[in-house]
Amino acid sequence: MKKLESSLLNMIVVLTLVSVITGGLLAAVNSVTEGPIQEQKDKALADGIKAVMGAEDIKVTADDKVNSSVDGKDREYIIHRVANASGEPIGVAVESASQGFSGDVKILVGLDKEGTIKGYTILEHAETPGLGARAVDWFQKDQKGDIIGQQPSKGKLTVSKDGGQIDAITAATITSRAFLKAVNNAYEVYASEGADAQSGATKKN
Amino acid sequence: MKNYLNIIKNGITTENPTFVLLLGMCPTLATTSSAINGMSMGLATTFVLLCSNFVISCIKSITPDKVRIPVFVAVIASFVTILQMLIKAYLPAIDASLGIFIPLIVVNCIILGRAEAFACKNDPLSSIFDGLGMGIGFTIALTLLGAVRELLGTGKIFDFTLYSDNFGMLLFVLAPGAFITLGYLIAIVNKLKK
Amino acid sequence: MAYILIFITAIFVNNIVLSQFLGICPFLGVSKKVDTALGMSAAVAFVLTLATVVTYLIQKYVLDPNGLGYLQTLAFILIIASLVQMVEIILKKVSPPLYQALGIFLPLITTNCAVLGVAILVIQNDMTLLESVVYAFSTALGFGLALTVFAGIREQLELVDVPKGMQGMAIVLVTAGLLSLAFMGFSGVDGGLKILFGLE
Repeated sequence: MKKLESSLLNMIVVLTLVSVITGGLLAAVNSVTEGPIQEQKDKALADGIKAVMGAEDIKVTADDKVNSSVDGKDREYIIHRVANASGEPIGVAVESASQGFSGDVKILVGLDKEGTIKGYTILEHAETPGLGARAVDWFQKDQKGDIIGQQPSKGKLTVSKDGGQIDAITAATITSRAFLKAVNNAYEVYASEGADAQSGATKKN
Repeated sequence: MKNYLNIIKNGITTENPTFVLLLGMCPTLATTSSAINGMSMGLATTFVLLCSNFVISCIKSITPDKVRIPVFVAVIASFVTILQMLIKAYLPAIDASLGIFIPLIVVNCIILGRAEAFACKNDPLSSIFDGLGMGIGFTIALTLLGAVRELLGTGKIFDFTLYSDNFGMLLFVLAPGAFITLGYLIAIVNKLKK
Repeated sequence: MAYILIFITAIFVNNIVLSQFLGICPFLGVSKKVDTALGMSAAVAFVLTLATVVTYLIQKYVLDPNGLGYLQTLAFILIIASLVQMVEIILKKVSPPLYQALGIFLPLITTNCAVLGVAILVIQNDMTLLESVVYAFSTALGFGLALTVFAGIREQLELVDVPKGMQGMAIVLVTAGLLSLAFMGFSGVDGGLKILFGLE
């Protein structure tokens, strides 16, 4: 086949055709993948909540967005109120964050009705790989910095360097402090928002 | 058939995009903090390279020369977007680890480079093989770089522990380690070429 | 204060080249001489800031309202490519001396992933228009800083007797690694500044 000449008409026709075809193709793929992408997002959150609550058979009854400044900075916290299979409230999973070594450390903390820590997972962080990033396992049950079962109501969690009871991650004290601060904030927000409120209403203060 | 095998071999060895042509440095350095990340990036690039090489070779005769580049870029960008949506939908873990470097495959010079240097001059079938060869070459390079960095930095390869990460040299997982490791790998390839 | 923080973070702490790995190709490609490095830095600063503003407006006022977010990559790269072309044409007409200085660098910028990277990052991080402009310009300054310092080192490297296998790109990459190591010294500064400015 002979190569098309670079006349103005040819160029416009080809460019238009290419735009229409690629645009259409992308729209088609988008409509197919849109559902699964949303599902993945929901599933990731649902799995996270199950993991931090340490229970499989649960329902999230409400997702309260709370703007609070418990540590002097305005942040948005999300309280996912969790109930067991029969609908009885068993606690909350709180999305919380705090400034780490580089960027925010975003976590999800599971608290039972008394405010005892059931579990946690790190949603997002930009800490140094191999150092701060070890927070993913460090504070889990039976690890060196175990925080599971602690009750922030009896006093804020702090690292041993600051006179607290939690061992900081080796060579990553700033990350450890940030992590514990996020956990404390999560509890504070939960406590100040009324531990047993089960409405879906969004409160602002 | 031999001809096609030669095209593939060419991409892996004599014209290896990373070690010989030194193309596509951004993803090479950024996504190789572990072997698995490097491999995912390599495979993602291979997918786009294969598809764009094929399509560009098919439409080369109906594309006027003066608008060649915008048309090629549009084709490449579409495949990248399709890939991005598929990964987001079905492989969210890879999306989390590669992040912004998936859309940035668009500006990976390997892809536009092959479109210009090979696909717009050769038939579709050869172009597929060229894309495949270059893609495999790129994937091997990235996996190798990722494996070396992961091993030196954390004592693991593909998450398989070889020695305790207490002895790992963290530097290699961090940004400087990417430059230094690639520098030495290229030096080794230079030595082997002679 | 927040803008000063963005400024310092983008230049030193999260340097686009040395810690984010964007714009490596021009960083390795046009860093042989300090003069060319400065020219390239100026061209990038101009295009990066302009492109970020335009793509930001397109995303917020064209793509988002029409639910066309999935066209982001395609739209951005075409906008950047045409923008570069346009800047080239305008510069040629309006200021021939400036065109002489920057002209050869402009076509190279289209494939500079820093430009597309920053355009996508500001959308991903939900920045406001003003924050985006400050971020884009500071990033470009960070790029210029890294490029110029590196070019200075490479000029000296010319005079050095490098072992055979390490010649060429190998020694250049190792040098870049050392520079990146130096910039790692800034990490954590952003967190400290945040506390200092009372933002945390």
